[in-house]
Amino acid sequence: MGRYVARRLLQMIPVFIGSTLLVFLMMYALPGDPVRALAGEQAVDQAQIAQVKKDLGLDLPIWQQYWNYLAGLFQGDFGTQIATQRPVADVIADAFPITVRLTLFAFAFTVIAGISMGVFAGLKADTFRDRGLLVLTLLLISVPSFVLAFLAQYFFAHELGWVEPVVSAAADSQELILPAVVLGSLSLAYVARLTRTSVAENLRSDYMRTAVAKGLPKRRIIGVHLMRNSMIPVVTFLGTDIGTLMGGAVVTEGIFNVQGVGYNVFQALKSREGSTVVGIVTLIVVVYLVSSLIVDLLYAVLDPRIRYA
Amino acid sequence: MTIIDKTADVPAPRGSTENSGPLLDVRDLHVEFKTRDGVVKAVNGVNYSVSAGETLAVLGESGSGKSVTAQAIMGILDMPPGRIPQGEILFRGEDMLTMGYEERRKIRGQKIAMIFQDALSSLNPVLTVGYQLAEMFRVHQGLSKKDAKAKAIDLMDRVRIPAAKERVNDYPHQFSGGMRQRIMIAMALALEPDLIIADEPTTALDVTVQAQVMDLLAELQREYNMGLILITHDLGVVADVADKIAVMYAGRIVETAPVHELYKRPAHPYTRGLLDSIPRLDQKGQELYAIKGLPPNLLKIPTGCAFNPRCPKAQDICRTDVPPLLSVTERDGGELPGRHSACHFWKEQIHG
Repeated sequence: MGRYVARRLLQMIPVFIGSTLLVFLMMYALPGDPVRALAGEQAVDQAQIAQVKKDLGLDLPIWQQYWNYLAGLFQGDFGTQIATQRPVADVIADAFPITVRLTLFAFAFTVIAGISMGVFAGLKADTFRDRGLLVLTLLLISVPSFVLAFLAQYFFAHELGWVEPVVSAAADSQELILPAVVLGSLSLAYVARLTRTSVAENLRSDYMRTAVAKGLPKRRIIGVHLMRNSMIPVVTFLGTDIGTLMGGAVVTEGIFNVQGVGYNVFQALKSREGSTVVGIVTLIVVVYLVSSLIVDLLYAVLDPRIRYA
Repeated sequence: MTIIDKTADVPAPRGSTENSGPLLDVRDLHVEFKTRDGVVKAVNGVNYSVSAGETLAVLGESGSGKSVTAQAIMGILDMPPGRIPQGEILFRGEDMLTMGYEERRKIRGQKIAMIFQDALSSLNPVLTVGYQLAEMFRVHQGLSKKDAKAKAIDLMDRVRIPAAKERVNDYPHQFSGGMRQRIMIAMALALEPDLIIADEPTTALDVTVQAQVMDLLAELQREYNMGLILITHDLGVVADVADKIAVMYAGRIVETAPVHELYKRPAHPYTRGLLDSIPRLDQKGQELYAIKGLPPNLLKIPTGCAFNPRCPKAQDICRTDVPPLLSVTERDGGELPGRHSACHFWKEQIHG
């Protein structure tokens, strides 16, 4: 077990370097550059631009720029935003807690609502309520999240007036509920369907028949015998889902004006702030890797047939 | 249709102040399943009874309705698509089909327990065997976790699982097939039920282990004076442990008899066919007899006797009239207790 974890942690190093390099190269490949973006529409002296670039080290060959970035990263320096002169570490420190909160809300919503809907439908597969769930989730899967976001904004903020249409800079927890529901709705659909299929399938298994034959109460049959087995595939999905929720918040954060990670990535992309994009994306990659490791370990807890050596 | 007689001098049921009739009495049971292609009539009027300490073997091919009958008794049929349009299942004189869910649940596991064929898939893969055994005591007797586990270890000892104490926290996949079946037996025995239904308990095991498991089951049955319904298609297993046999075909009982009489003088051509298809040492080198044809499609059971398309002795009457399950007598009309046959020509079969 310990060796397995150590091996997985070591494997993260090449993944980490690879993903930073990839994002770095992509940023380099994009047309336009951050210095020119600074000036906006104004005409600027070419020599001046060249000078600024030289000062920032942007005139060096790409591999050297990447090396400098990595060297800085290992000293805890995420770089500095060119336009605002803020350290990227500060930007991340401001944005990350908001996104983490948003993600946790969305995740909690996905888990609680998704699993209960899935169990509810799966216990009575092929009935009216099961079909209803399948149609509803299909709808959630096929409607793009920005449509859902605007619809939610329209109904809950403009029509019903329950919430403000956009989230304030402070991003209070109660303001984040609506964006979290919108953000989590796609995962909710997947989790509900996965749970439903898994429950319906396990319901027909021999050990469920045994549990009934043992004269156990219904609550115990479902709560202990059915759920432990049915949760195995769902947990796998949920683990990778945390990463997806964090990264996928770009659109939702944009619409609800949540100044989190996704919002900052979007701003940085517009102004070609390479170091900001790479820094944030790398962090999301790390979250993704860690959560998938936790899932794999959880897997062995749920299913004793899986052993790590 | 008549009810199968009890065989003579059966020990009285435990706690014998209760009624003295059979432990379990199945009367005219019908079970059908609704499918997309129509209604599958899996059980068509089964009657049998078991007393305490008695072993009834239910014999038949796959699809003859023997497992479905057992599941109906246990109350573990999937309903829907399953349906019981007709019949009674009396346990100690009370009809279980009219009981409420809770009442029925308390009988399951406590009074009637079941042993399933495939122990690997029938045990929950993600719970330890100790937990699954202890669950019986925790749920039905309200024991604490610790006491229940101690009882689980006792049970594992009793079904002779070596090193029970060390293995109580192992998972089903860590046991061999024979050991897993012992755990199934231990689970069924946990609360010392009055009746155990064993649905092909040895089919998934290899031959040497089969004998061990059957011996264990028979021994425990004697010890606790339980009724046992043994569902099997293995005539060899039956001869050693059963008191009486019911042969099923297409959802009906076609013959019943005390075990040794059936082997000596079958009163139904289907039973004859089954017996003839057992490989025998003295017929080495000869071609083995096989009943020709296939078991009937339960969506379209043949008219008359369901066995008539495969029967070597079928006459016209067999294709039109359903033979009732009648008492079988000696040539001179002398009584043969416990013997019934559902064949128009049982006389020719048994005496011919």
